[in-house]
Amino acid sequence: MTSALGSAPAGSGITPRSGGGNPDQPVRPHRKRWGRTARWIGWLWVLPALIMYGFFVLRPLAMTVQYSLYRWNGIGPARWVGFENYLTVFTDRDLLKIITNAFVLIIFFSFIPVLLGLLVASLVRRITTGPGGTLVRTVLFLPQVIPLVAAGIAWSWMLSSSGLVNQAMRAVGLDALTRSWLGEFTTALPAVGVIGTWVMLGLCTILLVTGMSKIDPSLYEAARMDGAGPIREFFAVTLPSLRQEIGVCLTVTIIAALASFDIVYISTSGGPGIQTTVPGLEIYRLAFSQRQVGLASALGVVLMLLVVLCVLPIQRLTRGEKA
Amino acid sequence: MNLTSRSERLTGRIFLIALVVVTLLPFLSMLSAALQPRGTVPTGLAWPSDPQWGNFADAFTAANMGALLKSSLLIVAGVVPIGVLIATMAGFGLGHLRVPGGHIAFALLLLGLTLPFEAVVTPLYYQMRDLGLLNTRWAIILPLIGLYMPFAVFWMRAHFINVPPELSEAARVDGSNTWQLFWRVHVPLARPAIASLTILLFLWTWNQFLLAIVMVDDATKRTMAGALGAFQGQWGTDLVLLCAGSLLILTPTLIVFLIFQRQFIKALLQGSVKG
Repeated sequence: MTSALGSAPAGSGITPRSGGGNPDQPVRPHRKRWGRTARWIGWLWVLPALIMYGFFVLRPLAMTVQYSLYRWNGIGPARWVGFENYLTVFTDRDLLKIITNAFVLIIFFSFIPVLLGLLVASLVRRITTGPGGTLVRTVLFLPQVIPLVAAGIAWSWMLSSSGLVNQAMRAVGLDALTRSWLGEFTTALPAVGVIGTWVMLGLCTILLVTGMSKIDPSLYEAARMDGAGPIREFFAVTLPSLRQEIGVCLTVTIIAALASFDIVYISTSGGPGIQTTVPGLEIYRLAFSQRQVGLASALGVVLMLLVVLCVLPIQRLTRGEKA
Repeated sequence: MNLTSRSERLTGRIFLIALVVVTLLPFLSMLSAALQPRGTVPTGLAWPSDPQWGNFADAFTAANMGALLKSSLLIVAGVVPIGVLIATMAGFGLGHLRVPGGHIAFALLLLGLTLPFEAVVTPLYYQMRDLGLLNTRWAIILPLIGLYMPFAVFWMRAHFINVPPELSEAARVDGSNTWQLFWRVHVPLARPAIASLTILLFLWTWNQFLLAIVMVDDATKRTMAGALGAFQGQWGTDLVLLCAGSLLILTPTLIVFLIFQRQFIKALLQGSVKG
């Protein structure tokens, strides 16, 4: 598959370029011969994608910003309110709680899967290439392939009062602790988080183990030679080598946590109370049931910015020179 | 030295196996509930004494599976070919032809790479209403194509930027124009990248939930995930039927996944790395 690049004619001994950068010298004259207009015509290739993107993403995005400055019920006339909706987002206790919920979910969607994935990766180092390895890979990818809605339904059943979780606890004598996990105030949000952990764990593990198998084994031999124990080895060799993979895991899972919707909608609808409500669900509810389009839009803008604010530093830290 | 590493690996194996078991449990638990007699209250995981396979037939009718499959396929047929084509063209323009000012278009697209769908779904709803497309599959298809563009163009550009320019020079000497060049030289070479993108767009479309429930009321005109949401709303209290129906709705995805698992896993791994 990777032969696609290799099979290309190598040209006149020019080193193949990777990534952007300025064109190599010998190419220049040809480029000029195509002419300025010819190069501008190239925009025709980009245009269809840009039109779809502009009309169905950039325009709605601008509209979201515009709506967020008005009070509008979606039908009648809209009234200009300036930044009032944003003020509400940042001062209303319920809305702040809802935003905090999304950050709590990051623990379950991101931190736990990455930490467990790292643990497994540093112990396994590589998944065997035989049929056993393929089976493990296939099973661990199942949660990524099924709709999140299905994960929500399956786990609502697992966590219900007659579900498997309580059944297992009764089997080991923890009858006193059994409960309707998604229904009680204290356990609902962690229970939703567990669903996210289940969805993300396989992906993180496989990404990290794959990254692990690319580390030069001589690094470990050198570390052992220096008398490093497993823990020193982990911090000196494993963690730095997996920087990029960890960055990828964190980026994907943090976006999934902050922008979560499907799992929460299906498993709890945000309840009990607003205990498990997340910004995505609140936007849906404000815009389509409570008809507060302005406030919903302001929350949308805030959510978008929060995602960028969380993801950018991770990209900076973990990609750095590699990007 | 070998001893420690061997016991460590054994621990790792055990963790890995535990992970596999935990991943499978929800599916097994659903299967065990789906096979109980209708109207009973199932418990977590218990193999039924008299498995009721007929529940799946009931769920097939109740969920209107035939119509759901057709609807999801229509939506995928609307999104994936057009999405992949225009993204490949744009990736070619930005990565290989290096159009002047292309970096501005690229930066604009990067802006959408982390955008949560929730941030634009409200205006999209009104936009679709004004176009008179609410409650039609177009209200899901058209926005999805646009929303996938940042990732898809990013993905294809990453391929084309690594194609040596001499390749086109050689073909140009033969007198072929850019259009022929694209189809005869570049598309065949980009096949692996295009295949991965096709798989990812298929999966994301099939599993799209938010747009489906916002834009379309009729479950039989939604995506699979959207229909599953409606099914839960309708049969939420009948756990046996709900589990049977959910498993049924999952089956097509699982079959496609098992057939193309190598490509799926590769695409998902690369997709998350590059996205």
